[in-house]
Amino acid sequence: MTTTAPTAKGPRARTAGPAGRVGRLGGRRSWLVTGGVALALLTLPYSALDVPLLLDGPVNSAGSLQLFALCLVFAGLALSYDVLFGRTGLLSFGHALWIAGGAYGTQLAMERLDMTLLPAAALTLAAGTAAACLLGAISLLPLALGGIGFAMVTLAFAQAGSIWVERNPGGLTGGEEGLPLDADAVPSLFVGIGNTVNVYWLALGYLALVAALVWAVTASPVGKVWQAIRDNEQRVSVLGRDPFLHKLGAFVLASALALLGGVVHLLVTSGATPETTTAEFTLTLLVMVVLGGAGTRWGPIIGGALFIWLDHRLTALGVSDAVAGLPEPLAAPLSEPLVVLGALFVVAVYAAPGGLAALGRGRRR
Amino acid sequence: MNTLVLLTLTGLGLAALYFLIASGLALIFGLMDVLNFAHGAFLTVASYAAWRTAEAVGGGPGLLAALLIGTLTGLALAAVTELLLIRRLYGRPKEQILVTVGLSLAIPALVQSYAGADSRTFPVPDALSGTVGVLGAQVPVNRFLLIGAALAVLVGVHLLLTRTRYGLVVRAGVEDRAMVSALGVDVTRAFTLVFALGGALAGLAGVLGGVYFGSVSPHRGTGLLIFGFVVVIIGGLHSITGVAWAALAVGLVQQYANYYISGGFGDIAVVILLALVILARPTPGREGPLAALRRVTRPPAPRRAIPPGGTA
Repeated sequence: MTTTAPTAKGPRARTAGPAGRVGRLGGRRSWLVTGGVALALLTLPYSALDVPLLLDGPVNSAGSLQLFALCLVFAGLALSYDVLFGRTGLLSFGHALWIAGGAYGTQLAMERLDMTLLPAAALTLAAGTAAACLLGAISLLPLALGGIGFAMVTLAFAQAGSIWVERNPGGLTGGEEGLPLDADAVPSLFVGIGNTVNVYWLALGYLALVAALVWAVTASPVGKVWQAIRDNEQRVSVLGRDPFLHKLGAFVLASALALLGGVVHLLVTSGATPETTTAEFTLTLLVMVVLGGAGTRWGPIIGGALFIWLDHRLTALGVSDAVAGLPEPLAAPLSEPLVVLGALFVVAVYAAPGGLAALGRGRRR
Repeated sequence: MNTLVLLTLTGLGLAALYFLIASGLALIFGLMDVLNFAHGAFLTVASYAAWRTAEAVGGGPGLLAALLIGTLTGLALAAVTELLLIRRLYGRPKEQILVTVGLSLAIPALVQSYAGADSRTFPVPDALSGTVGVLGAQVPVNRFLLIGAALAVLVGVHLLLTRTRYGLVVRAGVEDRAMVSALGVDVTRAFTLVFALGGALAGLAGVLGGVYFGSVSPHRGTGLLIFGFVVVIIGGLHSITGVAWAALAVGLVQQYANYYISGGFGDIAVVILLALVILARPTPGREGPLAALRRVTRPPAPRRAIPPGGTA
């Protein structure tokens, strides 16, 4: 792409980022890759292929489709987080607030206000986006501390939300138990094991929407300003663009996509769980993005899907006979997927600084 | 009145915990630009090491041994982390944060896999488990242990920073790291020292947290770390005294709000306090009302150079 012929592209090559990240939306091959991935994802529910070790059952069994749907949701969520982290250079530790907000908000609107799914989701999205404008503005203010101030303030806000959910005020949030999905208010299309394939389509639709939006916006002039803010914020303000407004825009877009992702997550997992509110949940998103490749087209998608799949398989491995046969000091850590994934992540920071997407690019050169 | 005394002393105990965590964070960030997410993990491991020790020895000597072992565990863990992982990433603050994030996920999960997810009761010697009457209120004795320890650490760190050669290097490094290394001083040694010191303080906080809450659990460290961050933002990154005042404010606000407004509101009140402080604090380029007043009445003081921050 941008690395092959800088002379042929002329002045365009100069606008390319340090890793050749931008200006790639056009180009035949990227369309081919996108089309190929889309085709593969579209045919998955029709394949009865049995892949031992990698999956529990055939590809189109309810269990596998459920896992795929979860992978797709997290691919979309990681992409929304990358709008902040990879594209604009903002390290947020409060993204979980919006995901949990989408899930809990929709569920509460259905349960307490007797709404059906669509109006409840729309209300949550509208109210959540308004809240994102306000909290985003407050989080972006502590300029004196640089990016770290933003990181810590978003963390504090998300923690307030997490505590609120955990304390279960008036039996509203269900505390540690979480809230089960209100099946009566949801179209019967998305309820029950027999309809897992519809949930899969929903998750795929969500990922497609997020990818289309994020790719389009990052290729637009606004996306170029985001990238400039990431690389040199001072220069952006000298050039007459307002970094604050652009950062706020990135924050609101990422939060809105996360809110929507929360709604899909609610449907995929059939409930809102307090784990989605914690700071650890945001850190997991960060791990996904970095593992896949921050600020790249496919990196966050690969990272999100791979992380969830690994988490699922490692959990299955942890309770398998092979691990149970190992001596106790070895078997104990293997039964906790986060130990393996956290260690893997630390290794990846040294071994693959640009993430998996960068590894692929290195080979192609 | 009784309640107020009890709440104040309990709040001070909590503030002591926050101070122990936040002072290490602030020193590490101020000197090395590393936002140490593994700090809470160090605390967790140290608290479990202390719990094992206290169980094995028992009684008053058990607590003393636990304090020693816990602090040393935190110190050793932090020193090893710095030497093995952080040192190789100097000048790449984002990667340093990512490594500590990885550790903060893996280490508590590791502790949980060995010790179980449930919290364990921390054995507290009889001398510390009772209460003592202060101005008519029955205050648990362990609050005074926490307050005393935090005061000792405050004085100790202050003396270390102002009276020793290492302290001089650390303070100079916080001010302008490039200049210090240009003058031929080995800053990396100061880095290791500060990181290990922070780990030791986190370890001490782990043991004292076990005494304060009466139990240890795998995810306590992460929970406390978040309040450590809040204290650091409110107090600023450049003075231990500022961190101490901020810890005091956060601990007291949390306790008062929990009792006088509603149970569980304390944590929310802390976040509101944080938002207020951020909004009231003047940002560069836009001066606050107080600064404007001072500028009118007094000639401007020479501006201090802003250290190269902008990590994330």
